Amino acid sequence: MKEVVEVLAKALVDNPDQVIVAQNTTERTVHLQLTVAPEDMGKVIGKQGKIANAIRTIVKAAAVKDGRRVIVDIDQ
Amino acid sequence: MKVAEKTARTIEEAIEACLVELGAKRNQVCIEVLEEPGKKGLFGLFGTKLAKVRVSYEDDPGVLACNFLKKLTEAMKITADFEVFRREDQIIINITGSDLGILIGRRGDTLEAIQFLTNLAVAKKLSDRSRIIIDVEGYRKRREETLIKLAKRLAEKVKKTGHRIVLEPMSPQERRIIHTALQHEWRITTFSEGEEPHRRVVISPKRNAS
Repeated sequence: MKEVVEVLAKALVDNPDQVIVAQNTTERTVHLQLTVAPEDMGKVIGKQGKIANAIRTIVKAAAVKDGRRVIVDIDQ
Repeated sequence: MKVAEKTARTIEEAIEACLVELGAKRNQVCIEVLEEPGKKGLFGLFGTKLAKVRVSYEDDPGVLACNFLKKLTEAMKITADFEVFRREDQIIINITGSDLGILIGRRGDTLEAIQFLTNLAVAKKLSDRSRIIIDVEGYRKRREETLIKLAKRLAEKVKKTGHRIVLEPMSPQERRIIHTALQHEWRITTFSEGEEPHRRVVISPKRNAS
């Protein structure tokens, strides 16, 4: 799951080397914390969160087989 | 793919010269240092080694999109192949493989998200924009046929009853399919109402049609 967020974020930002994804898996949920350079925040969130929501939709699809709930948070 | 090779006193200067030749930005290219600049030669006079770099700029949107999709599907642990077609100013990529339902999602939600992000990722690497359509196992084509049939059927119903029908929320592309399918019907009219992402098509009888 972590790799999916990484691939997507790195393709969208200006500073791909500053993309960090932390994964915290519990029994029922997978929590993914995406960190990007401050100036790249807009590139992963988008107008009205359109990009962030697209990222979430794709990660959720990737997690279907896994059966756990996925949460994607974005941090500076 | 365009490639430039330049020699200069420093690596930076050589890269800069390549970027000018390619007309590309630094974050759009792949840089390879072929020769590091050497220290000054004997007494700083002879044999100063110059820096040599090769800069490549992938300018084919189809190739860029496929590279992005390959990485994405690998990360999702999906095995898939990609077929690229060009139609006028559009690039269509059909993803084929088995068990690709998760790439489509509920009413194509996931497919829309993948298409949206692929367009963004490719636009970032290119100076000129082109539109990329992504399809999975011909899903869009089948959906288009279903929508046209639905539109025709509902149009008949509106003509018969004289009451308007409001469809379920759809993406702009899907709404356009409905509008286009019914544009030559003279007794009814179609329009959209509501705000994205809940915008819906309304099929309604024309006021002064008998």
